[in-house]
Amino acid sequence: MEYNKPIPVVDSDSEPFWASGLSGKLKLPHCSSCGKFHYYPRTLCPHCHLTDLSYKEVSGNGTIYSYTVQRRPAGNEFKDDVPYIVALIDLEEGPRMLSNIVGLAPEEVAIGQRVAVQFITVSDSISLPVFQVQK
Amino acid sequence: MKNNTPVIVGVADLPLENGKFAGGENVLQAQAKAALAALDDAGLKMSDVDGLLTSGVWGLNGPGILMPVTVGEYLGITPRYMDSTNIGGSVFEAQLGHASLAIQSGQCEVALIVYGSAQRSARARSFGGRPTDLNFQYDVPYGLANPVGTYALATMRYMHETGARPEDLAEVAVSARRWAQLNDAAFKRDDLTIEDVLNSPQICDPLRAADCCLVTDGAGAVIVTTSERAKDLKSQPIDVLGFGEAQASLLVSEMEDLCRLLPAEMSSRRAIEMAGVSLTDIDVMQLYDSFTITVLLTLEAIGVCKRGEAAQFVRNGRIAPGGAFPINTGGGGLSNMHPGMFGIFLIIEAVRQLRGECGSRQVDDARLALVHGTGGYLSSGATCILGRA
Ligand SMILES: [Zn+2]
Repeated sequence: MEYNKPIPVVDSDSEPFWASGLSGKLKLPHCSSCGKFHYYPRTLCPHCHLTDLSYKEVSGNGTIYSYTVQRRPAGNEFKDDVPYIVALIDLEEGPRMLSNIVGLAPEEVAIGQRVAVQFITVSDSISLPVFQVQK
Repeated sequence: MKNNTPVIVGVADLPLENGKFAGGENVLQAQAKAALAALDDAGLKMSDVDGLLTSGVWGLNGPGILMPVTVGEYLGITPRYMDSTNIGGSVFEAQLGHASLAIQSGQCEVALIVYGSAQRSARARSFGGRPTDLNFQYDVPYGLANPVGTYALATMRYMHETGARPEDLAEVAVSARRWAQLNDAAFKRDDLTIEDVLNSPQICDPLRAADCCLVTDGAGAVIVTTSERAKDLKSQPIDVLGFGEAQASLLVSEMEDLCRLLPAEMSSRRAIEMAGVSLTDIDVMQLYDSFTITVLLTLEAIGVCKRGEAAQFVRNGRIAPGGAFPINTGGGGLSNMHPGMFGIFLIIEAVRQLRGECGSRQVDDARLALVHGTGGYLSSGATCILGRA
């Protein structure tokens, strides 16, 4: 199946992140100096500015911090998807991610809902993490 | 000793018809006309300009490249000070600070701040088409329409935390419209009720069309010089008493607290401190209203009201004509005009208020104004304090 929506232009910061979902795991950069995860992936830790970073698996569980229902598409590629949910997810490990809530009617989404990651593979090297509400 | 306190001596904006440049001007023509009009307002000539500050989303090889050089060449001037800071709609408040510093330190004597956009004529505004590289690779693939999406996420969280209602957001839009009805130049002047706002088309929940700024053309210019030079000029000088700028996040996922507009908090504190005034001394405020939520977050960030109390604050017409707290007296980005980067028009309206030129929308004896711009995706902020001597 062809994927027609915009996909990330991967760089060496983001390559392990976008690829992690190919094996069904969510991995984020972790700083061994300050012990914190961060998102989005960078060459330096945005918390302590040191560079002792390595990718580690995270739970993929979190809660919805905020959301919006897109009634207008973000460009033509999304026009078949409206209305769709874009949300900010606070992961258990700390970082906040922007993603989609899938498999849920727009009127059922709420701040504070518990969510779990799943993946949409869009190319040989990219799997987009999205989230589903835990029932 | 020579008095080199920075003062605004000229302002102008280009008339629009149905939100478009009346003469079909392109961005360079529009900026030239606005610049000439502002110089005329000041009683200065183009050849007096030795500092040029401009910004925008047009240009060679995409936005921003060689912008002051392009404008300077077109105008036929060779400035010795230039600035092309590009931090979104707040840039002109930042550039007013930069121009003031340049004037105080003798880098230039007559600074022109100028902006133009023909976005409505060019039908250039769209939610799509952003690149998916660098930072944007983390949000464009998820279909967040920006900037409105970021502001919608902030609004949703704000309503959740504070109990603010859609009616409270609508109050901001209705107040802006009532000011616009007193401004002959404003684009949207028909009646607007809370109910109209709540029935306007949904864009990004909870924001509706009437919560969003207009899409118009627009060009404006501001002339800054020393108070010494201003003595010989015809216009009433307006002092630039304080300024500050700050940035926080580009991506909304990087914003730690969606209910706290950190750039506004930081920049306004510095501007007020520098001016040596207190918030309660301010007679009129011009606060960037890209979306209705922007006004609520800004009122709280600069300290007009406490966290979570702005929704209550704006109720019952407090910020509307006749209310106790006049803001965005020209109708703002919501009802007057919004050519992509609105910040320069906030300065122009503040100057006109301080000069007492605003006719039926004039705030009585306005002597001190606060102007605050917010740029990008709640990303940057810049504040200026302006005063009539
Ligand atoms: Zn660290």
